[in-house]
Amino acid sequence: MSELKLMKGNEALAEAAIRAGVDAYFGYPITPQSEVIEYLMTERPELRTGMVVLQAESEVAAINMVYGAASTGKKVMTSSSSPGISLKQEGISYMAGAELPAVIVNVVRGGPGLGTIQPSQADYFQSVKGGGHGDYKLYVLAPASVQEMSDFVTDAFDIAFKYRAPVLILSDGLIGQMMEKVVLKDQVERISDKDLIKMNGYWATTGKKDRERNIITSLDLQSEKMEARVHRLQKKYVKMELEDLRYETIDCEDADYLIVAYGSSARISQKAVELARKKGIKVGLLRPITLFPFPKKQLFDLANQVKGILSVELNAGQMVEDVKLAVEHKVPVEHFGRTGGIIHTPEEVLEALEQKIINHGHFRHHKTRESSIL
Amino acid sequence: MSEEIIIAGFGGQGVLSMGKILAYSGIMQDQEVSWMPSYGPEMRGGTANVTVILSDERISSPYLKVFDTAIILNQQSMDKFENTVKPNGILLYDPNGITHHPTRTDIEIYQIEGAKLAAEMGNKKIFNMIVLGAFLKIKPIVKLENVLEGLKKSLSERYHHLIPLNKEAITKGMNHIKKKSKEKTSMPS
Repeated sequence: MSELKLMKGNEALAEAAIRAGVDAYFGYPITPQSEVIEYLMTERPELRTGMVVLQAESEVAAINMVYGAASTGKKVMTSSSSPGISLKQEGISYMAGAELPAVIVNVVRGGPGLGTIQPSQADYFQSVKGGGHGDYKLYVLAPASVQEMSDFVTDAFDIAFKYRAPVLILSDGLIGQMMEKVVLKDQVERISDKDLIKMNGYWATTGKKDRERNIITSLDLQSEKMEARVHRLQKKYVKMELEDLRYETIDCEDADYLIVAYGSSARISQKAVELARKKGIKVGLLRPITLFPFPKKQLFDLANQVKGILSVELNAGQMVEDVKLAVEHKVPVEHFGRTGGIIHTPEEVLEALEQKIINHGHFRHHKTRESSIL
Repeated sequence: MSEEIIIAGFGGQGVLSMGKILAYSGIMQDQEVSWMPSYGPEMRGGTANVTVILSDERISSPYLKVFDTAIILNQQSMDKFENTVKPNGILLYDPNGITHHPTRTDIEIYQIEGAKLAAEMGNKKIFNMIVLGAFLKIKPIVKLENVLEGLKKSLSERYHHLIPLNKEAITKGMNHIKKKSKEKTSMPS
């Protein structure tokens, strides 16, 4: 029986991890994500499912524990917030290179540096443009509700094992700290060693018996072999774009203007859409659920319909670059977002849409014409 | 139905738990709910506030600029949130410690002497339930039976013996609310 509860996003994610049959969690506390490890420690999942929960001595230790445990073909995860995720980047790059499945959760706070403990979406670039070194990408899921904090744990592991690649859940302090109604999934049993060998024995270090040994490494000093590895990774990313893109559109059918926003900003922007429509302005919302893959084609098509696009993010302008690339200058694209831990209100979003897109559009075209005459 | 509420006061007054019980009550009657707290340094000895939304439909933004109801429990919160009440909205406050009373004329203003009544009942912790009772008198958005169910869900079992006391506090709040603004609409009975 599925269960209905009122939970914080962080708690829902932790409970979902136990229920998804995760084998191990390695982490280190940091605001605004600490409820994940707190909840796991309180729930004592070692008694419920046998899941290992360990507080490492640092974020670097935690991500390397994930690397080690993932090498055995088990379901492993870690979570942190922005500064901690920066520390984990070396391990994440190594896991991408070594083709290891794992789930990493970032409950983003404001940066750079120690920044602030308040919500932010300033880790977009880090999440979708590498983060660590080398030619790799992460599949990035961006939950916008407590329900999605729960659901995306299962989804993330499905993708991680489908592609044998690390997957990132990119949340933020708002979604992590707020409480909403959540329907929890039924308990899934942890995979048995026998089934694990059957499923992952061809690559994982499950104990060598009657087969060639499996080696987990990201190192390949033979250039041809290393290039083949890079190509193999790139093929995965193409396949992700073809098969596992996720997005949601709200009120886009008749929209004259479009807001693009993910996570907490998508929730705030949805209210801005409601306010706009009350004023008679037809605005729609495109919410990328995966940030990589990014809904490029959907944006390209919507750009034929709308007069302008506003990218709303709790940062100084990051996703807006991908929106611009996707629409290929067909319509004006602008950014709006508060930083420093300040959360924009729906009213501010609507005001920005009116100033930067609806009114400014005419003004700018006029100005461009003038300057071209000069 | 949709009700957008801000509850604000000192940390330790039970601001967050009042919001949580309200949210749980909403769940008990099949509503969508959201509970968005202020968190971080301002929690330590300073002000705490929480935005609670109950709605029959999917809730868009959990973070708001304006509210249908503001429940205000200290002066700092009065300064910060009096102007965030929508026109014709409701401001409910405890006059204890308030030096600058609300002055708006386009909203309905109510008082509940929660701190005083809680002291009379001999349990200061019951303060937030008195205030919740007062709010439910003005806006009966959740039924009392659902509040009690919500309490049962949000309290661990070792505190269940306190539910009758909570019920008494809610009733007390309902009976002691005072309207301060000029009579525009009749007080719901």
